Amino acid sequence: MTGGGAGPTLVLVIIVGVLVGCGVNLLLERSLTRILLGIILLGNGVNLLIMLGGRPGVAPVVGTGPVDQMSDALPQAMVLTSIVITFGLTAFLLAIGYRSWYLTGDDEVPDDIEDRQIVRRAERDEAATADLGGEGADADPEQVDPEPARRRLRRGDGVE
Amino acid sequence: MNRLLPLPVVVPLLGAALTLVLGRWPRLQRGISVAGLTTTLAVAVVLLVEAYRHGPVVLAVGAWPPPVGIVLVADQLAALMLVVSSAVTLCVLLYSIGQGQGDVGESAPVTIYHPTYLVLTAGVTNAFLAGDLFNLFVGFEILLAASFVLITLGGTEVRIRTGSTYVVVSIVSSMLFLAAVGLVYAATGTLNLAQLATRLDALPDDVRLALQLMLLLAFGVKAAIFPLSAWLPDSYPTAPAPVTAVFAGLLTKVGVYAVIRTETLLFPDRQVAPLLMVVAGLTMLIGILGAVAQSDMKRLFSFTLVSHIGYMIFGVALSSVAGLSGAIFYVVHHITIQTTLFLVAGLVEVRAGSTDLRLLGGLARLAPLLGVLFFVPAMNLAGVPPFSGFLGKLGLLQAGVAAGGALPIALVAAGAATSLLTLYVASRVWNIAFWRSPRLATDEPAVRLPALMVGATAALVALGLVLTVAGGPLFDVTADAAEDLRARTPYIRAVFPGGTP
Repeated sequence: MTGGGAGPTLVLVIIVGVLVGCGVNLLLERSLTRILLGIILLGNGVNLLIMLGGRPGVAPVVGTGPVDQMSDALPQAMVLTSIVITFGLTAFLLAIGYRSWYLTGDDEVPDDIEDRQIVRRAERDEAATADLGGEGADADPEQVDPEPARRRLRRGDGVE
Repeated sequence: MNRLLPLPVVVPLLGAALTLVLGRWPRLQRGISVAGLTTTLAVAVVLLVEAYRHGPVVLAVGAWPPPVGIVLVADQLAALMLVVSSAVTLCVLLYSIGQGQGDVGESAPVTIYHPTYLVLTAGVTNAFLAGDLFNLFVGFEILLAASFVLITLGGTEVRIRTGSTYVVVSIVSSMLFLAAVGLVYAATGTLNLAQLATRLDALPDDVRLALQLMLLLAFGVKAAIFPLSAWLPDSYPTAPAPVTAVFAGLLTKVGVYAVIRTETLLFPDRQVAPLLMVVAGLTMLIGILGAVAQSDMKRLFSFTLVSHIGYMIFGVALSSVAGLSGAIFYVVHHITIQTTLFLVAGLVEVRAGSTDLRLLGGLARLAPLLGVLFFVPAMNLAGVPPFSGFLGKLGLLQAGVAAGGALPIALVAAGAATSLLTLYVASRVWNIAFWRSPRLATDEPAVRLPALMVGATAALVALGLVLTVAGGPLFDVTADAAEDLRARTPYIRAVFPGGTP
């Protein structure tokens, strides 16, 4: 940082940009571990950005130097808070990644249910018909009392 | 009076600590949770009365004067949200106690549930009371961290898979919020909302617009406004029923509250009003069309949740007193009703073994009380007169017509269409799950539903009806709150009685 209080140095600004850029890039990955790394980089970039918002200078302790050359203490306090928060969230995400690996053998974030249903329907070349209400009880096979036929539905369309 | 102000945050946090320590005595744990949330509700009611009669209640925490220290502010909007949210959280807590060993107990240590739930409540109240942007951020983080634990409760495969989407999306939106906070501080040198109100006015228009859009983006993810809403219907339905209910009722509304607060206090010039209107319309229509296509009750309600957020954003975008008043009324109504519907879905799951419409039928004959508990809030949500949903929609549509212009009128049309489609969706659920020939998804249905679960749900249904009966007085409060929001001065003067530094 510059001692003269002329604002943030270009180097720091570039570092913020690089950290956030890499973070976003990693976020776009499928694997939770890479997403986690992305979030760590992104979080550090954002924390650095907050630091840039305050006035740079000497340590903000009364009695150690002239008041007008002190750095702004508020962003530092905020960054401490946000570092703790980022740390906690990272730990939780790590736990989720581990649990996911433990249960399924990988840590990929899957497609959502709807997407998978659409893919399955497209494969079977089937139209989406969710509305089961018809004109009357006889018009809709679904409204007739349960028959063995409904078992097929249950196995095929249940939530994975 | 302002000494009461920290209680809605401190009491649940203290309760969380106590319940965590007393994890081995479930009975004591439950007692502490219920007592804590009842206290919160009582304090919230006192604060609302005080804010309505004498203007915003302000407390500088630790006696640090406002621009430096943390301030808690309860104006009418915040106090009203506080009252509704604590009433709803209390009911959901009772419901989950009634459910007891079922959903939560089998797959997870019960010890975790109560502390986390109380921390979630503390986060929500902290966000409502926050008088500066950073404290708002901290409130969001508290409630998000707690919600992460609740949504992955038990750590089953499905919950971990959907939970990971939720966690990542939430963290990214928090990062956006944090970056916006940093930039706001860099531009103005303060984060106190009342001081920001004056300092942001002095900024160049384009800088202010950039800050506004960044904050909106962060809050938009949390509030599930259309292009940013895809995460919600995927992650909410897999959590335990009470958890989904409280998430649906409160978490998105905290986002909406943040939008209302920042759009009125910090950015009163209507620079982004057209943008907000467009996304509000899209949120309504795309959300409800999503609901039409669903065949599972919980997913269906998640889509109506997204859809009806659009009404609130519409009210904010109008930014007239009538529009804001309607939006605040709608938030209050929607918190209650949407939570009730998810609780009913939970009851259906207990009674019939599933919430999948393809497997259900004839519930009205098998469980008439359940039918009533579903029918009333469902019609309320759809906006059938004379329920509060009708009053809220009417208020908003009238405000839209009064505003005039092509865009507001288009939004009025979209709102009416959404209301009709909601009615279609609600009656479809009714026809399929409650009216056709009886069928259940399980061979061993629970014949008697736990009394406490039914009681808590009935209490929320009744609260929805109270909102209807007390619609007039409630509209007085929301209109008053909206006037204060538009004027901005009551808030600023309450925080800085001697003028803004």
